[in-house]
Amino acid sequence: MNLFEYIRPASLDEAVAAGSEPGAAYLAAGTNLLDLMKTGAARPARLVDVTRLPGLDRIELLADGGARIGAMVRNAELARDRGFARSYPAVAEALLSGASPQIRNAATLGGNLMQRTRCAYFFDPASNCGRRDPGAGCDARAGLNHAHAILGWSDACLATHPSDLCVALVALDASLEIVGPAGRRVIPLEELHRLPGDAPSRETALEAGELIVALRLPPEAAAVRAHSRYLKLRERTSFAFALVSAAAGLEIADGRIRRARLALGGVAAKPWRARAAEEALEGALAGPLAFAEAAALALADARPSGDNAYKIELARRLVLRALERAAAGTPERIPALPASVLADTGATAHA
Amino acid sequence: MPDTPLTGPGHVRLGSNSGQPLTRRDGFLKVTGAATFAADNRPAGLLHAVHAISTIARGRVRSLDVAAARAHPGVVEVITPANRPPLARDQDDKPTMFSWRVETLQDDRVRYAGQPIALVIAETLEAATEGAHLLAPGYAPEPARIGFEDGEAFEAETVGIGSPAAFVRGEVEAGLAGATVRVEFRVETPTQYHNAMEPHAIVAAWDGDRVTIDSPNQAIAMGQAAFAGFLGIPPENVTLRSPFIGGGFGSKAILSGPHVLAALAARMVGRPVKLVFRRDQMVGPVGHRGATRQRLRLGMDRDGHLTALDHEAVVMTSAFDDFLEPAANASQNIYATPALATRHGGVRVDLGTPGPMRAPGEASGSAALECAVDEAAVACGIDPLEFRLRNYAETDPATGRPYSSKALRECYAQGAERFGWAGRPLAPRRMRDGAGRLIGWGMGSALFPAPMFRAEARAVLRADGTALVETSAVDMGQGAWTALAQIAADGLGLPVERIEFRAGHSDHPDGGVAGGSGHTATAGSALFGAGADAVARLAELATGHPDSPLFGAGNAGVEARLGRLVHREDPGRHESYADILARAGIAELAGQAVGARDPAHARDRAMFSHGAVFAEVQVDPDLCQIRVSRLVGAFAAGRIINPHLARSQLNGGMIWGLSFALHEEALHDPRTGRSMNADLAGYHVPVNADVPSVEALLVHEDDPYVNPLGVKGVGEIGITGTVGAIANAVWHATGTRPRRFPIRIRDLLEA
Ligand SMILES: Cc1cc2nc3c(=O)[nH]c(=O)nc-3n(C[C@H](O)[C@H](O)[C@H](O)COP(=O)(O)OP(=O)(O)OC[C@H]3O[C@@H](n4cnc5c(N)ncnc54)[C@H](O)[C@@H]3O)c2cc1C
Ligand code: SF4
Repeated sequence: MNLFEYIRPASLDEAVAAGSEPGAAYLAAGTNLLDLMKTGAARPARLVDVTRLPGLDRIELLADGGARIGAMVRNAELARDRGFARSYPAVAEALLSGASPQIRNAATLGGNLMQRTRCAYFFDPASNCGRRDPGAGCDARAGLNHAHAILGWSDACLATHPSDLCVALVALDASLEIVGPAGRRVIPLEELHRLPGDAPSRETALEAGELIVALRLPPEAAAVRAHSRYLKLRERTSFAFALVSAAAGLEIADGRIRRARLALGGVAAKPWRARAAEEALEGALAGPLAFAEAAALALADARPSGDNAYKIELARRLVLRALERAAAGTPERIPALPASVLADTGATAHA
Repeated sequence: MPDTPLTGPGHVRLGSNSGQPLTRRDGFLKVTGAATFAADNRPAGLLHAVHAISTIARGRVRSLDVAAARAHPGVVEVITPANRPPLARDQDDKPTMFSWRVETLQDDRVRYAGQPIALVIAETLEAATEGAHLLAPGYAPEPARIGFEDGEAFEAETVGIGSPAAFVRGEVEAGLAGATVRVEFRVETPTQYHNAMEPHAIVAAWDGDRVTIDSPNQAIAMGQAAFAGFLGIPPENVTLRSPFIGGGFGSKAILSGPHVLAALAARMVGRPVKLVFRRDQMVGPVGHRGATRQRLRLGMDRDGHLTALDHEAVVMTSAFDDFLEPAANASQNIYATPALATRHGGVRVDLGTPGPMRAPGEASGSAALECAVDEAAVACGIDPLEFRLRNYAETDPATGRPYSSKALRECYAQGAERFGWAGRPLAPRRMRDGAGRLIGWGMGSALFPAPMFRAEARAVLRADGTALVETSAVDMGQGAWTALAQIAADGLGLPVERIEFRAGHSDHPDGGVAGGSGHTATAGSALFGAGADAVARLAELATGHPDSPLFGAGNAGVEARLGRLVHREDPGRHESYADILARAGIAELAGQAVGARDPAHARDRAMFSHGAVFAEVQVDPDLCQIRVSRLVGAFAAGRIINPHLARSQLNGGMIWGLSFALHEEALHDPRTGRSMNADLAGYHVPVNADVPSVEALLVHEDDPYVNPLGVKGVGEIGITGTVGAIANAVWHATGTRPRRFPIRIRDLLEA
């Protein structure tokens, strides 16, 4: 491992000052960053440990019906918060479908949002990767890309963003509070992750030194809570990244959809909000016809980036299922196999 | 030492300790962290080694920035082909059948991605890691040959460890031509890596021309000899310690280049050196299961009896050494057929050399065979279990020899009963659960040889009535510390608490190899024999002494029970071991024995463990995600020494079968040959949620031939049968016959 400086700032100002130096990286729980440092894919000169900054570990359910969650809240803690899970059940389900209990206990909200792609070439410093090294090309293009993007990709990069949490949050119009050298600003989460275009290394909207301090959910996000699901297809029952995933939230009155929220995961370099599908759903009768149309619309622009055409059909079917499940109503309790399309057999259930 | 053990006057018998479901004697040490694994050793003055690995798969290393690495603070030495200390033995030599060609920086050639190309020694792990990074190798690359298409095909002579590559009995083509029903089945199995939880590791500390090596090793005496050979010192100058292993699965039986280099490096720098592999460094130099392409052809008469069975496997090995997964041999010993042929072809690719891994050959071959048999049953319109019963082999199809024992019929019956197989619809896609998910049931036969190797043991009765037993046996987590101690205690006629069991050290008598599922049989036989030998000597002392209540009983007239010798005819006459030794004025009485198979039995009988595995899967009909909701296996493996541990072994084996069927697959970039999933996030093995219900039934079996203990093996058989059972259940659920492993969502979606 390279020699690097480790700093544990006591205040937000100190953190931002240290994090604005060239070569600095914020360190949260490190479940992603340290892995990248071990392979050599990331070689920061200075780690700014933000886990002990005061005031970033709170879950606040606000009087206006919205919520504000500190960036250092651990994934498991947020998923277990009863008030939060009741208002945003799909977010809790998405969280619990990610990684393993051990990782969720450590991983932070901010780290989850900012985690990097799982593209194997990105992780492997010997591979050419323009996301990691600007201008280096893309070894995934003609390589192993069966799990890569089907939406929003470019010739420069076909990576997907791996977070489950982000998918559910983006569907609910979450926004971020960011503090940086130039002060504090708020951006929609949907604008955080960038599509690769011809500059895949510019992964997010954060400027140098900017730190996510909190996440906000607007009051309307809870409106779909009675009909919310997150579904995730993976090659293992648990502890696997999504091949494709979908977050669906519906507000249904008299059989008609008043509000629809839909986002896909595992399909693009960002959590993919399916607005055209939402528009088609809103006002329609909640049923197979509308769901099938929405699923088709959600994937209308999809195209394979390599050996992954199957993901398009899979994603379409998953969206359909997620809408059906959401329409059927949010389960009383988060299932023992969160976000799984498979049944819990009644035997020991671990997630 | 005599080579035919155990029979003797029969003072002792298995029974009071053996057969008990004791929990692991080492469990407490492990859960409290007190068990010392190799990498836990920190001798004074320790240096850390990290090996740099090649990122190309073929070509030459043109440059290494040794100066930059040396300049890094803390770096003590950089070893490259230019300054590598000489090896006492040519790395291409193969003194034993278990020798592999190892990479020890002999030249600048690169033969696979992940090959060690330099070793950096430093004061800290971090400094060594950075030193290795700073070497920034330059290469003269050549095109890599990865995959069946790009590899170089060749004719194989032997497969596995010295088995012939081809076998024929009867007229296969005629048998196929004369068949009423014919089935041809093709399937591919991927490259797999052992991925034991504990990484490979070595700590080497020299004292003059003697070296102490801590390293997880499945075959201590063999490892000691191999180290000695490379280092140019007599074997007795090598102390090899391997008390605990965090999983080996075959990959820790044979030394690899980095192990040898670390020991050399310690001598070179004059300080102890520790090398612990990173997980990605375990892809290449320490073996793997080679990929296979298999084709089976089966012919049946109108009643579903086989008329011919033909199994062909093309398997991958490296460009510089041979280990060919003997997949097709899995078809030789299980189904009765008048015509049987198996053969193998090889393909050379630029990967590390494969090696034995979790039922090498049996696992991949049985996966293909059991799918083909399922297809054959379908083609004949016969229930798969009934089909297997119709083709039940009463004698070994390959040799015609009788089986030493074979309770497979009972396995089928008990497994089917427990699983609830009766009433299974023949056609696929006929069963659903309440939520509309497809349900499928499948089965497979399990078969694994019951080998015995050679092991030695020593038992010492002590004046206080306790005993010490020693053999360099190895506990890889399978429970040897417990099961072998139980056998040893029976050999001594003592309760297990009264024996001190020592294993895992090269100072002990050669405990053989923990591999091939033959360790309990082999080391156990030696231990039992050593105890019996000590007790026989004790009986001499007692029955020959006028002051003993056993005087005149004759050596055959007494038996050992819980630390006493008891008169056979007159149980009121007995004497404790301690009293006998005290009267004779002897502090310690030693016995010894060799465990090996009776050559006549080995010649005359076919010896296998058998089993039947039943699987239920649920599959989402649209989204194609698969889950194995139930696994039931019934196994007959001779005498079970510890039912608790045996069940764990069998459960574990079945879980590895599930892993083979649905999860494990090494991905190598087809252009560079580099591993693209060299970590446990990318290389999937099952998690708890994948294994909601797994159950192993132990079917009673007496075997008077395998060894006097009647012990076969339970280590690897669980993986055989299971892969096919799951694939067949997937077919039964979906109507799609898997053509590759692991079975993925897309395979069902695109079918
Ligand atoms: C084996 C494995 C399996 C996993 N499976 C899943 C899965 O199924 N689903 C899923 O969603 N995730 C999965 N993950 C990813 C996991 O969720 C992330 O690693 C974790 O959420 C990252 O959080 P952290 O606090 O450890 O971040 P770190 O590793 O500390 O940081 C990650 C990145 O975010 C940056 N960062 C951290 N905090 C901030 C902040 N407040 N502001 C700006 N930048 C910041 C860091 O600089 C770094 O680049 C898995 C991870 C592993 C190792
Ligand atoms: S897909 Fe993107 S992340 Fe992957 S190698 Fe190409 S540029 Fe890098």
